[in-house]
Amino acid sequence: MSEPTRIERVAGRGCVLRGDDIDTDRIIPARFMKVVTFDGLGEHAFEDDRKAAKGDHPLDDDRFDGASILIVGRNFGCGSSREHAPQALLRAGFRGFVGESFAEIFAGNCTSLGLPCITLDHAGLEKLSESVDLAPDQEVVIDVRERSVTCRAGVLPGRIPDGTAEQLLGGQWDALGMLLSAGAEIDATAERLPYPARG
Amino acid sequence: MSEPRSLFDKVWEAHRVRDLPGGQTQLFIGTHLVHEVTSPQAFAMLRERELPVRFAERTFATVDHIIPTDSHVRPFGDPLAEAMLRELESNCRDHDIAFFDPASGHQGVVHVVGPELGLTIPGSTIACGDSHTSTHGAFGAIAFGIGTSQVRDVLATQCLALSRLRVRRIEVNGALGPGVYAKDVILAIIRELGVKGGVGYAYEYAGSAVDAMSMEERMTLCNMSIEGGARCGYVNPDEKTAEYLRGRRYVPEGSAFDEAAAGWLAMASDPGAPYDDVVRLDGAAIAPSVTWGINPGQNLGVNERIPKPAEVPEDEQAGVDEALDYMGLAGGEPIAGTPVDVAFIGSCTNGRISDLREAAKVARTGKVHERVRTLVVPGSQDVQRQAEAEGLDEVFRAAGFDWREPGCSMCLAMNPDKLVGREVCASSSNRNFKGRQGSPAGRTLLMSPAMVAAAAIAGRVVDVRDVLDEGA
Repeated sequence: MSEPTRIERVAGRGCVLRGDDIDTDRIIPARFMKVVTFDGLGEHAFEDDRKAAKGDHPLDDDRFDGASILIVGRNFGCGSSREHAPQALLRAGFRGFVGESFAEIFAGNCTSLGLPCITLDHAGLEKLSESVDLAPDQEVVIDVRERSVTCRAGVLPGRIPDGTAEQLLGGQWDALGMLLSAGAEIDATAERLPYPARG
Repeated sequence: MSEPRSLFDKVWEAHRVRDLPGGQTQLFIGTHLVHEVTSPQAFAMLRERELPVRFAERTFATVDHIIPTDSHVRPFGDPLAEAMLRELESNCRDHDIAFFDPASGHQGVVHVVGPELGLTIPGSTIACGDSHTSTHGAFGAIAFGIGTSQVRDVLATQCLALSRLRVRRIEVNGALGPGVYAKDVILAIIRELGVKGGVGYAYEYAGSAVDAMSMEERMTLCNMSIEGGARCGYVNPDEKTAEYLRGRRYVPEGSAFDEAAAGWLAMASDPGAPYDDVVRLDGAAIAPSVTWGINPGQNLGVNERIPKPAEVPEDEQAGVDEALDYMGLAGGEPIAGTPVDVAFIGSCTNGRISDLREAAKVARTGKVHERVRTLVVPGSQDVQRQAEAEGLDEVFRAAGFDWREPGCSMCLAMNPDKLVGREVCASSSNRNFKGRQGSPAGRTLLMSPAMVAAAAIAGRVVDVRDVLDEGA
């Protein structure tokens, strides 16, 4: 196994995507999931929303060109468990997400890919969104250790669940190595549990 | 005496392999269900790391999302769908995983197939790369929808790294009225608690209305837990649960069954178990429900009026505006009478035999409206055989409904079953998201299968209770 990558901070330009309850079908419409790899998903991120907006979508806004931090609203990523959603956003250049709240499976999938999701309170999120909207060239920083977001409007205190922060900071966001290291404890648990034989 | 515990706590403790840094738990997954859409990349990651599937005998696969429903004959017309199925076939072969393909006679939507085969048992943990895995909670299993990296984790270790959930008990008491189904109950719950009200929670469904439900109705209820933001939902096992499982393929027989069943019942929440929250709903007050917006929480009783933006809290107004605009509906208008173009009966939510029986009752009362195209898609080959043995296929055909082969179909339209343009679909599925049913501008009205059948015949949204009254 290679040396774990610790995710302590993500810095880059922001892209402000307004609206609540944006679901994973909108992030990556199901027809693009007829694939056996995640390659090439990036170009289809938000495809239907972008077409419907006829160029007036934040992902097509030149001001947000090259953004690596997506700033969203409430309950972002609700709906299906498809990892294709964060995979598409990763391939579209995003390395971290700031929102008021995230759907649970989406946030878990992001963690598995080393992409931090940090939540701010409503006022903090408004401050950040306005600041980035006014000055999209500025650098936005997600600090995982401090659990904050820094922009020109100041340092905004945020929230990342303890377990998730620990995984990102310790380089254990890809849980497989950690899970494998339980070794014989896994077999002991399997033997202890009363599942019927299914062979 | 030990402290009273909830089912969730008992299952969690029993399956705990060890504690992880940061407060997470390494949890053992008793049964892993696999389908063609979210698994190929996971198998590829295993190959990359040269890892085996650790417990192939706990891993079961079927094909559902991409399969066409006009014919299962190979090769499929869509080469991408064919390639996905071939990938799953070779992965199952290489790793010695049981695969319930169409030739097995037990293919179907993964959340219909698991319980049918007796793979879903009380007190177990289940994972599947699909958010509607919550369905299996109907048996008192703790069942998680997971992403593809976690599918890889379960294949390689039979474990997940998870944070413990809080438990909210939702009691629905009182008898449901005629024409009111489990679908209406879960829509009412999501309307009450919101689409993100369940984030961080497991939902325990209880109360006399839930006790009275059949196992299939409980599956419908638990299925849509995720639409309320809750990653899993469950019902405590009872005699009905054990009886449903008796005689199924992967369930022990004879005295071993009795022993297993006693263990299952002991997993139910103890009287006095602690909960992080308790919510109560009056089942008798629930009406047949229909969604009017673009998330499942945006629903109302069939005789109510669509909300006006000004009537909702200020921070929800933009969402209501967006929904009304997309749906082409007006606040203040009744939802009843909304014209429909397509009717879809099926899915992991409502594609089981009891759903088809209820829809068939309505189908017997008339003919499909000339403007409406229909799809009746059994949830599995087992459901299909049972329905055909009962003559339900003939009932549907005689009324002008299109009887199809099993699959996920127009729930998410990964196969050729899609809405066209701005068509409005009365649908027994689980999500009314923008573009969900295959057309970027398509519109979905979620409702029970009986309500869908009634809408298909009337050509518009109607109260199924009126239809059932006339038919009686």
